[in-house]
Amino acid sequence: MRKALFYIPLALFLGLSLFLLSGLFSDPRERDSAIIDRPLPSFSLPDLQDPSKSWTPDALKGQTFLLNVWGVWCPTCNAELSYMTQLRNEQGIRIIGLYYVLPEDPMFGQVFDLPTLQQEVATKLQQNGDPYQFNILDQQRRLSLDLGVSGAPEHFIVDANGIVRAHHIGDINPQVWRSKLAPIYQQWAAKP
Amino acid sequence: MKPFFTFLCSILLTVGLSSAASAAESQELLSFESEQQRQLYLKLTAELRCPQCQNQNIADSNAVVAVDMRDKTYELVQQGLSRQQVLDFMIDRYGDFVHYQPPVNRYTIWLWLAPALVLLSLLLFQLKRQAGQTALRYRSEQLSDDAAGDSAEKEKLNQQLEQIIDSYRSKKS
Repeated sequence: MRKALFYIPLALFLGLSLFLLSGLFSDPRERDSAIIDRPLPSFSLPDLQDPSKSWTPDALKGQTFLLNVWGVWCPTCNAELSYMTQLRNEQGIRIIGLYYVLPEDPMFGQVFDLPTLQQEVATKLQQNGDPYQFNILDQQRRLSLDLGVSGAPEHFIVDANGIVRAHHIGDINPQVWRSKLAPIYQQWAAKP
Repeated sequence: MKPFFTFLCSILLTVGLSSAASAAESQELLSFESEQQRQLYLKLTAELRCPQCQNQNIADSNAVVAVDMRDKTYELVQQGLSRQQVLDFMIDRYGDFVHYQPPVNRYTIWLWLAPALVLLSLLLFQLKRQAGQTALRYRSEQLSDDAAGDSAEKEKLNQQLEQIIDSYRSKKS
């Protein structure tokens, strides 16, 4: 009994060390998403390249897709375009862009101008590859706020019934896609 | 050298002026219907956490998402929502993470229970140790009492021992 007591501080110390060690390798940006297993919030937003067309959650239903929150101003988003294009071409992944517009700053002459933005996006997609079926323009970032987006890039997997099944903060690379997103995508894409 | 110096000064001045100007620009001038709403807005923006720059509240942060959350908070306060309703709105979108006051649930209950448990176990340990020491002292007192009472017997035993030693020696010689 006394001998067991003697080892208690050692056990406590080892437990604490392991706990702190695991903290070293955890990603502080990783947080539970509130939107998982809930339907897409309601919205009606224009298409980026064809603003006369508007998108609603109902219009997106019917097939599982990857919703990518991005912007040409975001270097990480630009970097992942080529891999996502590969996903689209080789695996037939349906990718829809949600274009995240930065707030304008009239002080520095940044005023929202749709034709300029369309041109910039087209150029960028030509350079890096175009993974998107189409892009939804979220100029006021209302849908992004409702989705719990904290910046770009972020990704959501939405199933055929419009229910959000995954929320990934950060970029998509082969490792993230294989280990985290592909299984969820395949699972929901396979459902009739 | 001198033109370069002038150039440097003008650049520094421009940078200083423009940053001062943008700081003035970012001071949002918000009008509220009542002082109460203004206080509520200030309180909410201080206790809501920015999901992007994680150790800042949304009042301090200038991340895009913090600006959007501030705007939304303003909008909701203007609509007459209560503190709890605004918090629910944000937690509904960004999770418990977004509020600096964590809710009590089965994961967070340990934040309150753990210190109490440590205190309790220390108390128990101390009590047990004291009980042990008292028992030890009692026993040792008893022993010394016994020893005092038996001095006569001790004398007798000593004599016996002497006798045995003597008889052993006499046998040997």
